[in-house]
Amino acid sequence: MKHLIDIKDLSVEEIDELMKVAKDIITNPKKYAHQCDGKILATLFFEPSTRTRLSFESAMLRLGGNVLGFSEASSSSVSKGESVSDTIRVVGNYSDIIVMRHPKEGSPLVASEKSKVPIINAGDGGHNHPTQTLTDLLTIKCEKGRLDNLTIGLCGDLKFGRTVHSLITAMSRYKKIKLVLISPQELNLPDYVKKEIIEKNHIEYVETNDIEEYMDQLDILYMTRVQKERFFNEADYIRLKDYYILNQEKLKHAKKDLCIMHPLPRVNEIATDVDEDQRACYFKQANYGKYIRMALILKMLGEKE
Amino acid sequence: MNIDTIKNGYVIDHLKAGKAMEVYKLLNLETLDCQVAIITNAKSNKMGKKDIIKIDKVIHIDLDKLGFIDPNVTVNIVKNDKIEEKRKLSLPKKIINVATCKNPRCITSIEKDLDQIFILTDEEKKIYRCKYCEASLKD
Repeated sequence: MKHLIDIKDLSVEEIDELMKVAKDIITNPKKYAHQCDGKILATLFFEPSTRTRLSFESAMLRLGGNVLGFSEASSSSVSKGESVSDTIRVVGNYSDIIVMRHPKEGSPLVASEKSKVPIINAGDGGHNHPTQTLTDLLTIKCEKGRLDNLTIGLCGDLKFGRTVHSLITAMSRYKKIKLVLISPQELNLPDYVKKEIIEKNHIEYVETNDIEEYMDQLDILYMTRVQKERFFNEADYIRLKDYYILNQEKLKHAKKDLCIMHPLPRVNEIATDVDEDQRACYFKQANYGKYIRMALILKMLGEKE
Repeated sequence: MNIDTIKNGYVIDHLKAGKAMEVYKLLNLETLDCQVAIITNAKSNKMGKKDIIKIDKVIHIDLDKLGFIDPNVTVNIVKNDKIEEKRKLSLPKKIINVATCKNPRCITSIEKDLDQIFILTDEEKKIYRCKYCEASLKD
């Protein structure tokens, strides 16, 4: 694996291997503490994302490596009009691996075509965010013990939510997956995702705008935030942002071993009274994100366990 | 209506009626100094009516571009007044710099010198997606 641009770049076997390494890191962190000594990870964040950037930086530091980079475009040469291709060619001289987030969709692919070091896509607009999907898969695997035979509720912004699209793509490769798509009509899953991924892979699914309708059947409930930055019209955002608020009342018919996930940051879509519920996995999910990124960095740098 | 036969060149036949001018522009035929005939709404047993373009010169024709506009076209290659080859077209797997990505969030909207590349992702429904942002050309 030279670059990771899209979750589809990884085979099921490669994902399994990454998860195996991540689990081993969780069990034996000391064994990995110096695996990346002398290596440098560059974090090029052309739009701010503190959480993802810190997760990558923490992952690299815990492997013994170093980090450099910028956290917004205004503090980089992009503000002077430099192209993505040129930025990447320069930064490739200063680092062994590059993590990149950019508001323009497809920019990590452009970067990978010019880069001599591995590129990891840390989010390109509303398009791909493969390491969030890897995080989600590791969370499901660790919390449920399997990636097949699951009923997964996806709730909130299913239209612009790239984490949802990527997760559906990834889960469509496993057996006996059922999807419950919960969203207001304006934020329904796009038709092409339904046709080209769900229906093409013969995945069973239902659509509803009622979060409680299928609650008792869910093994996983994946909540998402309605993202302001994806709307061209602020009035639409204000109307839809608090459409779903998950609280204890709504969970009363849920399974005892339900796993509640959220890519974070949350705003209002999960009430804080859910945080102490043993079914709330979203903060653990952020921790799993660090471990899967450690496994990914190791794999991409070709380091041996 | 009489139009001269051509000696060496091409007859682009079975174009969907009304498509001739689009093809004329796309293949940059206005830059040629030879005879070019555009016949629109010609009678056709198969199609009812069709367009035809005749080019009286051997030039490079981008068959991918042509196939993208109309995959049902036939390109007849004429040599010494005779049709030497009839070439059937199909939808190209990839088109480069034929169409522009309409997604305002796509990197192609800002990155200098980047080719506009679209990949055929669904042959049956003729769906092309931008290589970079995967937006459909039809949306």
